[in-house]
Amino acid sequence: MPTSTASEFALGAEELAERVRAASATRTPLRIVGGDTKAFHGRAVEGERLDVCGHRGVVDYEPSELVITARAGTPIREIEALLAQRGQRLAFEPPVLGPASTLGGVVAAGFAGPRRPFAGAVRDSVLGVTVLNGKGEALRLGGTVFKNVAGFDGFRLMAGALGCLGVLLDVSLRVAPIPAAELSRSFDLAWPDAQARLTALMRLPLPLSGAAHDGERLHVRLSGPVGAVEAAARELGGEETQASFWDELRHRRLGLLTAPRLWRLSVSRTARVDDLPGPALRDWAGAEIWLASEAPADRIRPLAAAAGGHATLYRGARPGEEVFTPLPPPLLALHQRLKAAFDPAGVFNPGRMYEGL
Amino acid sequence: MLDQFDVALDPTFAPVDRGRLLAALGEALPAGALVTKTEGMRVYECDGLAAYRGLPAAVALPRDTEELRAVLRTCARLGVPVVARGAGTGLSGGALPSPGCVLLSLSRMRRILAIDPDARTARVQPGVRNLAISEAVAPYGLFYAPDPSSQLACSIGGNVAENAGGVHCLKYGLTVHNLQALEIMTLDGEALTLGGDALDAPGFDLMALMTGSEGLLAVVTEITVRLLPTPAHARAMLVAFDDVRRAGEAVASIIAAGVIPAGLEMMDRLALTAAEEHTHAGYPTNAAAILICELDGAEADIAEELARVVAICEAAGATLVRVARDEDERRLFWAGRKGAFPAMGRLAPDYYCIDGTIPRRRLPEVLEAIETLSARHGLAVANVFHAGDGNLHPLILYDANEDGGIERAEALGGEILKLCVEVGGTITGEHGVGREKINQMCVQFTSAEIATFHAIKAAFDPAGLLNPGKAIPTPARCIEHGAMHVHAGKAPFAHLDRF
Repeated sequence: MPTSTASEFALGAEELAERVRAASATRTPLRIVGGDTKAFHGRAVEGERLDVCGHRGVVDYEPSELVITARAGTPIREIEALLAQRGQRLAFEPPVLGPASTLGGVVAAGFAGPRRPFAGAVRDSVLGVTVLNGKGEALRLGGTVFKNVAGFDGFRLMAGALGCLGVLLDVSLRVAPIPAAELSRSFDLAWPDAQARLTALMRLPLPLSGAAHDGERLHVRLSGPVGAVEAAARELGGEETQASFWDELRHRRLGLLTAPRLWRLSVSRTARVDDLPGPALRDWAGAEIWLASEAPADRIRPLAAAAGGHATLYRGARPGEEVFTPLPPPLLALHQRLKAAFDPAGVFNPGRMYEGL
Repeated sequence: MLDQFDVALDPTFAPVDRGRLLAALGEALPAGALVTKTEGMRVYECDGLAAYRGLPAAVALPRDTEELRAVLRTCARLGVPVVARGAGTGLSGGALPSPGCVLLSLSRMRRILAIDPDARTARVQPGVRNLAISEAVAPYGLFYAPDPSSQLACSIGGNVAENAGGVHCLKYGLTVHNLQALEIMTLDGEALTLGGDALDAPGFDLMALMTGSEGLLAVVTEITVRLLPTPAHARAMLVAFDDVRRAGEAVASIIAAGVIPAGLEMMDRLALTAAEEHTHAGYPTNAAAILICELDGAEADIAEELARVVAICEAAGATLVRVARDEDERRLFWAGRKGAFPAMGRLAPDYYCIDGTIPRRRLPEVLEAIETLSARHGLAVANVFHAGDGNLHPLILYDANEDGGIERAEALGGEILKLCVEVGGTITGEHGVGREKINQMCVQFTSAEIATFHAIKAAFDPAGLLNPGKAIPTPARCIEHGAMHVHAGKAPFAHLDRF
């Protein structure tokens, strides 16, 4: 629940703006920090620490609007607990990598959990943000209503931008009702066969909300009204999966997800990706592959590209290794111009995503 | 009227000799891909907002990306503005030709390039009609969810430009939620891929930024849409109320109860009476308002949710609850709703459709305020809207042949939009800003926010030649419309940081 008073919060935002203005004036890079639970991810940023987690509290939550607005430093667990009290949740099922994890960090990282292919990405839930630009101006982009086409959708751009475009002050998210029923089934199926089974299932109007392969078994989750979920579970057969499986997967604690060096391949879910140089776990109905491998980028990235996607060195990059798949030069140039539109002095998390961005 | 561009308030460009432009385009394009005679260009002088009209310098009709690139490069070289146009069904004047522009029609690029039922995607050219996609994929048990009322005619390229919504977006999302990849071309002829075959792409989410950018950033040349399995069953119900407020309260209660209907529409007495006379959908013409609520999914669940919705509506004071007895009656309920706009012709010679969104819980008071404004301006307003989304479509009835008719309608429309912003909503839910709401942008956004939009545009289109004078007002325009921004106290987000 909201904890800070309006005046405290205004001061927090004003202080952050002051820090940003000072940094821009001297071209001092800032490393924007929420709960700092995802510091391992992305390229290293050399800069002054700008702590946003003091700027916290729920600003507005009206269940009948399906919208919550909270300050960026609010712990994501606090938000999820509040929503659960009213029978609602975040559609994109964010991985929470530590108790300190904040709303701003979740949005900036753009990570989504197992429900992603069925309920949308982080950006699909973002309705609006207030963001500090490099001049220290608070820009309100988007709003608190679902249908809104006034102005460019700069708010969606903030999801997954790794803080390279601005300092998030608050975020309005669309929320979803918690369905009446949730059931999981698992099947003793090796991957190529599991992929064929999934492809067939995905073409049917089933209440799917998760589909993952742990290297040995296929796990399928169903969520929705009681009748639909029970009917689908009967039709699918298989065995019961422990509900904790999805939590472990979502929060990236399951099996090889804790490996010190971990690749994330985002690919077409119907592509064949064989000859992976290491053990793999597949989420998102096969569209997200987690791969524990010592192999270098030039071995992994072509595999992802051939499957219509890209590969990220999620954790454990060695010095000099690129974390994200390099962009074609015209696209990188466009990214740089866009960053300059928000951050002319280039102070926000410079180089976190790409060198020169 | 806003179809007049103003050199002091809109972007201006050095005039280019028309003969020189036509000669250059003639060299760049094959015969038949260029329209230059006035009578041939008349078709393109307006979009769905027919009150705004203007003639371009020429109309280019490329058949493929190479011809498109030739047009863009020619215009870039000569400094000529380019206005892209899909099917021309837009309702905000987004495709209105600006002075001296080349009107770029994408209507000849209308092939469905590939359907992949296993990946649940379709790759299409921008001129493909929205409904044609769902028709083409129906044999695979799939459909494309966003369904604007104009889906029979509107093009998918235009849908991307406007981030089009529709009746079913409460449950299935807007255009942006149903896209997988875009191929775009910038003014200098550079082709870029945004998105891809995976669920995300490296870098910033430019596909989301591009969606709804109203032709100001780049031209969309190819779209990969996501498809959904067709729900097993759908059932609709008609609910009548003798009080508009109660209907609005029922809407908020349905959503608060955790039901997400596939569609939840509302019509007030004026609208439902006209629709009934037009379509004979069986609407109760003695009601103050009706709701049409559609639920889809497995049969058992629909029955369960239907019972909940009925109970909620009865508790809210519904005077009639009628569940469609069969598929024919379900279609009839919708036919009345979809025909509501044309039905307005029975009430007045002209109507002006407004498109604000408000928080659902403010529906009753906003409807009352609209009634008050309507009386003050002496113009009747009929309300037809996507109630589940809080997306209002007040239809202002007027007579364009009356002196100052359109200006009076515009003035009332402007006040309704201001009201939407004041209660925490937006000036446009799905129709886009275009030319029509360019002044209201100054109400919704601060000068710093508008400057950011200009900077985003400049990152894609440094010369500012793509659809100038639309969507984002110049600073001069906001100053001219003096302090229109809704200030502190009445600010839309008074509780949020804005200092």
